[in-house]
Amino acid sequence: MSVRIESTDGIMRAKLSGEIDHHLAGGMRTALDEAILREKPRALLLDFSDVSFMDSSGIGLVMGRYRLMNESGGEVEVVGASPQIRKVMHLAGLDKLARFS
Amino acid sequence: MKTSNSMKLVFPARSVNEGFARAAVSAFVSSLDPTVEELVDLRTAVSEAVTNCIVHAYRDRDGDVCVTCRAYPERRVTVTVKDRGCGIEDVHKAMEPLFTSMPGGERSGLGFTVMENFCDRVKVRSVPGKGTCVTLEKRFKDLR
Repeated sequence: MSVRIESTDGIMRAKLSGEIDHHLAGGMRTALDEAILREKPRALLLDFSDVSFMDSSGIGLVMGRYRLMNESGGEVEVVGASPQIRKVMHLAGLDKLARFS
Repeated sequence: MKTSNSMKLVFPARSVNEGFARAAVSAFVSSLDPTVEELVDLRTAVSEAVTNCIVHAYRDRDGDVCVTCRAYPERRVTVTVKDRGCGIEDVHKAMEPLFTSMPGGERSGLGFTVMENFCDRVKVRSVPGKGTCVTLEKRFKDLR
């Protein structure tokens, strides 16, 4: 599991990799929240292109970050999610909250 | 119905074993040659069922999770995930989308919804104070 974070011009790109389940989501959440609170980006790009598996723990991960970004009027965009990951996100209606590309 | 093959795993309810349980079930059913989508659907459902045992059934105490996989003729498989944890008072309520007994945490309350959407059938038997048994059933499409 890893989270690689890069920021430019108020846009934070977080590249997640590995499998997102209950065991690993906690570490990703901490890494993301620390960076968001420190840098206060206006947009967060969650890059799922290297995520090989995700269960509903990933829904909590995206929704929680959406809430955090929303508090300061920021946006969340999900990029690179595989069809299977999109299927899980779709069940939760995440496609109505975050932008997908 | 007579099973063609079966396997049984028992492991402690620790979150590090969630990935192990998914991998073991995937390896067991791979001889049936499911599609990638069918395999990931089942892996995801198993992950939800095992996570429920760890997060809810045992909370912070120790206990074992027992996963039994059975393959039947006509490419039908069942995965039973059983714990001896706290049990569920109201199974119908627990299965409602977005219901969570842990509001404020980051559990989305969609575990059973994922299981029901990614499997053909989900059966839950639970006795408060004794434990829960979740059976996931999936039929893989015929091979061409």
